[in-house]
Amino acid sequence: MSATTYAGATAYDDALADVADGATVLVGGFGMAGMPVELIDALIRQGARDLTVVSNNAGNGDTGLAALLAAGRVRKVVCSFPRQKDSWVFDGLYREGRLELEVVPQGTLAERMRAAGAGIGAFFCPTGAGTLLGEGKETREIDGRLHVLEHPIRGDVALVKAHVADELGNVVYRKTARNFGPVMATAAETVVVQVDRVVPVGDLDPEAVVTPSIYVDRVVVA
Amino acid sequence: MSRSKDEIAAAIAADIPAGSYVNLGIGQPTLVADHLTPGSGVVLHTENGMLNMGPAAHGDDVDPDLTNAGKIPVTELPGAAYFHHADSFAMMRGGHLDVCVLGAFQVSAGGDLANWHTGEADAIPAVGGAMDLAIGARRVFVMMTLLARDGTPKLVPQCSYPLTGLACVDRVYTDLATFEVGPAAHADGGVRVLATYGTGVADLRELLDVPLVDATSPAGG
Repeated sequence: MSATTYAGATAYDDALADVADGATVLVGGFGMAGMPVELIDALIRQGARDLTVVSNNAGNGDTGLAALLAAGRVRKVVCSFPRQKDSWVFDGLYREGRLELEVVPQGTLAERMRAAGAGIGAFFCPTGAGTLLGEGKETREIDGRLHVLEHPIRGDVALVKAHVADELGNVVYRKTARNFGPVMATAAETVVVQVDRVVPVGDLDPEAVVTPSIYVDRVVVA
Repeated sequence: MSRSKDEIAAAIAADIPAGSYVNLGIGQPTLVADHLTPGSGVVLHTENGMLNMGPAAHGDDVDPDLTNAGKIPVTELPGAAYFHHADSFAMMRGGHLDVCVLGAFQVSAGGDLANWHTGEADAIPAVGGAMDLAIGARRVFVMMTLLARDGTPKLVPQCSYPLTGLACVDRVYTDLATFEVGPAAHADGGVRVLATYGTGVADLRELLDVPLVDATSPAGG
């Protein structure tokens, strides 16, 4: 199925109308670069709760992911780097015991989603072996080096911010705002991509497409 | 005289081979970039998906879509390339990155690194890309002060802080000396002291609880 385009005043809300309570939501972005702020705001209005959020950080300032956390909709955060200068919303909720946290090394976080999108059952990875983050995981020595067994992270929904999409759902990104977007777009049941603009089929250079349309369910443009 | 942060950064820059692909992490190690000479052909990798990262952006050059691993706005150099996170970390784990420079709470004589978590009960753990860099880069350089604020050495027999990676550090650049650590250096009985600054190997032996091999050259330090 090619992607459905959502445009107009209620586009973001329409694209997220069916997110269920308890869903695992993959949220793109590295800090604010590539953060799908408008989609997150729509998710807050939509009201789904008890969410597991998978994202590199755990919110900056009071907007985007931080606002979702502040609204009390998130049960668990899976991320690599929650603690930042401006992560006061997360810090407060975590210290009050109102948020579960799973810290995952950044590359392992990306690769676990890549594995989900690529149909890999699990993989042995040297990152984190012999550390707190490797504790309790199956290990194996491969070529003289200790590895830990890592399992895929699959989302029910992925919220991705990109630059331009065509009407079929092919997507290109902009600079380092690409970050987790292309990987998350492969790893969720429903992939929602917000873009700055949508162009007719044929207008994107096929050699430049980063996320092919097969991965994209919904394209949202304001 | 002991070395300033900038002098340590300059020493690290001088030891990075021309043409290397290098990751400077976040915080203090990013100072190394200021000391890389334009002709060196060193290509900077930033974990959030870019090669040939340029200096920090100012004024009209600031673009919210172009930041480094510390989320600071940066610029792109000719020959830059963008890629997604799984590719960025495949570059590390796959052995394609020549050098990374990291800060540390502690480094052990055997090259274990502790730099992500103090282990304190109320600390919020945050690892970022530190573990991936530590085990992935072909050579890992640490930039740190030799002593913590309370005067205890940060180059130790065994790390007491939670580990980032096992036997992954090659060199430790500090205000007082440069050391070679890890399995190769440790095999001949301890940590090799490559150069000293404002101190001698005998003084370092007093300070540190690890066996030191004097490998300073007469011309050095």
